Amino acid sequence: MVERNPWLNFLAHAVVILGVLIVAFPLYLAFVASTHTAQEIVQAPMPLLPGSHLWDTYRAALFGRDTGTGSTAPVARMMWVSLVTALVITFGKIAISLLSAFAIVYFRFPFKNFFFWAIFVTLMLPVEVRIGPTYKVVSDLGMLNSYAGLTIPLIASATATFLFRQFFLTVPDELVEAARMDGAGPMRFFKDILLPLSKTSMAALFVIQFIYGWNQYLWPLLATTSEDMYPVVIGIKRMIAGGDAANEWNVVMATAILAMLPPAFVVVLMQKWFVKGLVDTEK
Amino acid sequence: MASISLNNVIKRYGAGKSTVQVLHGVNAEIADREFIVIVGPSGCGKSTLLRMVAGLEEISEGKIAIGGKVVNDLEPAARDIAMVFQNYALYPHMSVFDNMAYGLKIAKVPKNDIKSRVDKAAGILELGHLLDRKPRELSGGQRQRVAMGRAIVRQPQVFLFDEPLSNLDAKLRVQTRLEIQKLHRELGITSLFVTHDQVEAMTLAQRMIVMNAGRMEQFGTPEEVYNRPATTFVASFMGSPPMNLLKQAPNADFGGKPGAILGIRPEHLHIGPSGWAVQVDTLEMLGAERLVYCRMGDEFLIVRTDESLTSAPDIGATIHVTPRADRLHWFDAGTGKRLP
Repeated sequence: MVERNPWLNFLAHAVVILGVLIVAFPLYLAFVASTHTAQEIVQAPMPLLPGSHLWDTYRAALFGRDTGTGSTAPVARMMWVSLVTALVITFGKIAISLLSAFAIVYFRFPFKNFFFWAIFVTLMLPVEVRIGPTYKVVSDLGMLNSYAGLTIPLIASATATFLFRQFFLTVPDELVEAARMDGAGPMRFFKDILLPLSKTSMAALFVIQFIYGWNQYLWPLLATTSEDMYPVVIGIKRMIAGGDAANEWNVVMATAILAMLPPAFVVVLMQKWFVKGLVDTEK
Repeated sequence: MASISLNNVIKRYGAGKSTVQVLHGVNAEIADREFIVIVGPSGCGKSTLLRMVAGLEEISEGKIAIGGKVVNDLEPAARDIAMVFQNYALYPHMSVFDNMAYGLKIAKVPKNDIKSRVDKAAGILELGHLLDRKPRELSGGQRQRVAMGRAIVRQPQVFLFDEPLSNLDAKLRVQTRLEIQKLHRELGITSLFVTHDQVEAMTLAQRMIVMNAGRMEQFGTPEEVYNRPATTFVASFMGSPPMNLLKQAPNADFGGKPGAILGIRPEHLHIGPSGWAVQVDTLEMLGAERLVYCRMGDEFLIVRTDESLTSAPDIGATIHVTPRADRLHWFDAGTGKRLP
């Protein structure tokens, strides 16, 4: 039933607008802070309108500076590290999970149940639980401070495997049989039929895993010691020198804004694919 | 020569103690260019039999040969067959053209050949204007035709149809039935058609295999199956409304053995002034004919009359019916088999 109560309309809009303001206000403040100098920010009251130092601040953040009490590493390098890590993790997770789910759903092999439950059990073991042993292994293999060390321990994903498994279970058996009649072997079926049908799932997982990879903090903290291999989330923290030292908040805020941009971009881009995929699919 | 030979085909599921046998030794010889319908109720094993010919199910025992070559161990794609599924099984993300071309692409047929074959099949099935569409943009009947087109382009020795008309509405079913008949006349490819609908079986089959609980009850032309059913099952399965099977009819009057079951079709019972006294239970008016459901003692009879009967009998009234003497069927009461 469509209600036509103007008062309720107004109330609904008001609540949503209020929600947006509450969520967006800190982001706005961060942006404003990144456009002033450090001195302007610490004056009370804090300015609420953007200032004129946008380019200076962002340039200082991206390319490094001499002043500042915390880390002065160039953020551009850190953004690059974060991007590579997040992309490798995302593509790696999707590739491995697709193949695992394919094996679990379409093949019979010895100990299949055991492997299925083993994967399931890893869902109960977040990275933090196994971080000691993982560090030892990575360190023994000499993979610290490298892209390999940042990404490989995080690549296996039970969530993605399950998502794809559930999706593959909805693919009708008759499609498999028709493909068999057409002479398609298992990998051909995988490439020509399963993958195109999985596009929406892949898009959804891309977003989730990219954000997961981009936001990784604990593992990179352990696995990297040199400044040029830090992802940007660690960079933000390290810029804030503790104690009574005066921080360059404008640069910190600029870095935070920069760190938020790629995930936001990915979500916006993938939304288009989502909708397109949802409209397109039908069996 | 695309003959099919089924030699004591047996199918079992499970192993050891929990084995279930679903097909008990089916034997049939099917000649080249024949259109054979496998008909039977749900669960009789007809789809299983078809899938064993297709290669989608393992053959537990026995041999299946296509074109003289035993195919027990061959993959479906190597048997030179094509299948049309009940739910069409079209690849949803590919266009109609790509759906039909997929099998040929895998077989590495040259592009020009693929295009000419697909265009020819599309012409036969009137799909020429739909080649760029995706399956979701087609109606049910069009999808089924694409599924048939996919089978035709493979130019196989044998067509296999697995209840292809079950998902279509009644009017479309009749239309597609006629198209399938036309197709068989034009292409002349040996076909195995599975259905549970005896009307489809009667209209499409050159010969039909009637199956029940994993056994082949009769293998004959529609005329043979309808007029000389081999068992009580075939007698009651074929024909709508089904044949009346009477245990307590006065057999001696008609020269039958005592204790045998008398079979008489509803259209061969005549309502008249004399004969068996039966009570009218229900009437069904079907337009071109009328069905009179009667009771004779403990047993029920259905009589089919045309609408030229001047007035319908009243419910509860007693009428007299006589069977046509040349249309009586006798079956053994124990085995259900036809008595000569």
